Amino acid sequence: MEFIVISLVKAAIVAAVLMTTLAYLQWVERKVIAHIQLRMGPSRVGPHGLLQPLADVIKLITKEDLIPPHVNKFFYLLAPFLAVTMALLSISVIPFGSEVELFGYKTWMQMTDLNVGVLFVLAVSSMGVYGIALAGWASNNKYALLGGLRSSAQMISYELPMSLAIAAPLLLANTLSLREIVQSQGDHLFAWSIFKLPAPQLISFVIFLIAGFAETNRVPFDLPEAENELVAGFHTEYSSMKFAAFFMAEYANMVTVSCMTSILFLGGWQPLFPVSLGSNFVAPALFALGGSLCLYHGLHPARRKDRYTLPVFAAIFFGIALALLAPPVARVVMPLFWFAAKAGFLLFCFIWVRGTLPRFRYDQLMGFAWKFLFPVAVLNLLVTSLLVAVF
Amino acid sequence: MPDGYLQIFIFLAIAIAFPTVTILAAKLIRPSAPSITKLEAYECGIKAASDSRGRYTVRFYIIAILFVIFDVETIFLFPFAVRYKTLGWFGVAEIVVFLAILIVGYVWAWKKGALEWV
Amino acid sequence: MDVILFLAFAAIAVVCAVNVVVQTHPISSALSLIGVMGSLAVLYLLLGAEFIAMAQVIVYAGAIMVLFVFVIMLLNAGAESRRGRSLTAQLLGIPGFFALLVLLSYTVLRLFPDAAHVKFGGFTGGSAKDVGKLLFTEYLLPFELTSVLILIAIVGAVVLARKELE
Repeated sequence: MEFIVISLVKAAIVAAVLMTTLAYLQWVERKVIAHIQLRMGPSRVGPHGLLQPLADVIKLITKEDLIPPHVNKFFYLLAPFLAVTMALLSISVIPFGSEVELFGYKTWMQMTDLNVGVLFVLAVSSMGVYGIALAGWASNNKYALLGGLRSSAQMISYELPMSLAIAAPLLLANTLSLREIVQSQGDHLFAWSIFKLPAPQLISFVIFLIAGFAETNRVPFDLPEAENELVAGFHTEYSSMKFAAFFMAEYANMVTVSCMTSILFLGGWQPLFPVSLGSNFVAPALFALGGSLCLYHGLHPARRKDRYTLPVFAAIFFGIALALLAPPVARVVMPLFWFAAKAGFLLFCFIWVRGTLPRFRYDQLMGFAWKFLFPVAVLNLLVTSLLVAVF
Repeated sequence: MPDGYLQIFIFLAIAIAFPTVTILAAKLIRPSAPSITKLEAYECGIKAASDSRGRYTVRFYIIAILFVIFDVETIFLFPFAVRYKTLGWFGVAEIVVFLAILIVGYVWAWKKGALEWV
Repeated sequence: MDVILFLAFAAIAVVCAVNVVVQTHPISSALSLIGVMGSLAVLYLLLGAEFIAMAQVIVYAGAIMVLFVFVIMLLNAGAESRRGRSLTAQLLGIPGFFALLVLLSYTVLRLFPDAAHVKFGGFTGGSAKDVGKLLFTEYLLPFELTSVLILIAIVGAVVLARKELE
């Protein structure tokens, strides 16, 4: 009974946090892209456009939902379900932090840890292909079908280098459980498997990240949605919440890829440098810095209302910084902070790349996967196995 | 059932319920005013010349079949990776032989032009 | 809990399997087959074979069925038309089906007379570590032969596809 209650609570927390992250990820993306392009981005709904995600949800829910008569209705409706369910499911094995004790219960900040966690994520993501392939097929539209075919061919092509890139750090960790993979890495930069001797996994890290970009159909691999040739690709004929479902699946996949990268290569919840060197003070220092900035601008206000709002924010920030200094809070929050910092940085990279790189041509994209990434991943695996065996 | 899978089923239920609830909720709120033009297949404003059921290039098929083959190969690498330290040099020899045979196949397929996308 | 899940997914597997045959449209059949593969994976899982369950999903449901779906999408195979079914097929087929069923159940019962002792949670050697241990020591030769088999498959696939490419 207790077990079920704890599981349900965890599931509810993870689901709620994930949904919020997905909604705000889109706001962050629009803001960052806008600033890269010297624009303002969303700024009308709420301060700095912070309520924009809410407005988007209301808009999408109240939009008219067309089901064109030429589609295959059952599969047309099934496709967004498949896409979003599979995208959400893989988050259930991600460890967000170490073991904590809350209200007398000892529990891990992870929904569940599987012996075959890595394979579970791969299996679920390989099922995600069907959502896209079916959407393209069932829409009965040339753009959608071509987009669906391209997209699923791209996803399966990049799945191979991705699995090979995952196998290399596993030679060091010798486990498929995500929790144990993190535990096998140490609490500083050179004990993370990306730089860990004897076999630094820098190459697998890069391959994994590139393959991750392709798996999530992001720029520069967003061929399925190449607007100038394929309109909107596989979701051309989708509207309203069904369109939103595909959108959400894409963002959820981005979150999963970022989490997996930080677990496999960047030490998961392990800090950048050991606690003995003061890594627990990084988060309070960041909040204190934010607080000082707010205080400075509050004392030198640009607008009249800043005189009142910014000092309030400064007080909140300083309060958080102080709270984080308390050892019981730090024990719970610090692993979460480091995990979120790594995953957040990777998510930022997704957006950064979108603002920077142009799109591949389709033949280049397939050639890149099969003729470059795949052999490099195989060689990297061989070299890693030799290095691990020698030392 | 091994430990830890029950939570997966719980989360699966949530992951299925979420899109169901939102899409059904949206159905209650949203307007519905379909018209003939709205319901046409989208072809950039031109009337669709034919429907999408044609035949497409065989390259997708080749990619898919190569993927199946190499996917079977990679799945073997995972039990190998978790046993690697206990196997020692014996394991290195095993994996070198295994991968060498496959690299031969890969190079051959490349030479035959199966990886070209023209 | 195990029993409930077993009954649920066994039922899904059987229904999907019947659906594969009953559906006229190839894509419906293919998706039902994915359903069969997925529920089989859950059944393996219930018996304690974690690695096999995941491999089942990755290889069968995630790779082989993608190939099927691709072929259906590329060829745009339409629904099969049902013309008048021959009476002899029905007369022979239905008793034949039951005969096969009886034969299979008899064989299984003869081969595994103590099947009643199999219970959920009775087998714990299904993790990737255990599979790896067996695969890379006891079954090493079959494992290396697998790579030869995969090589043959590559050759076969490319030779078949060559005709289309030229």
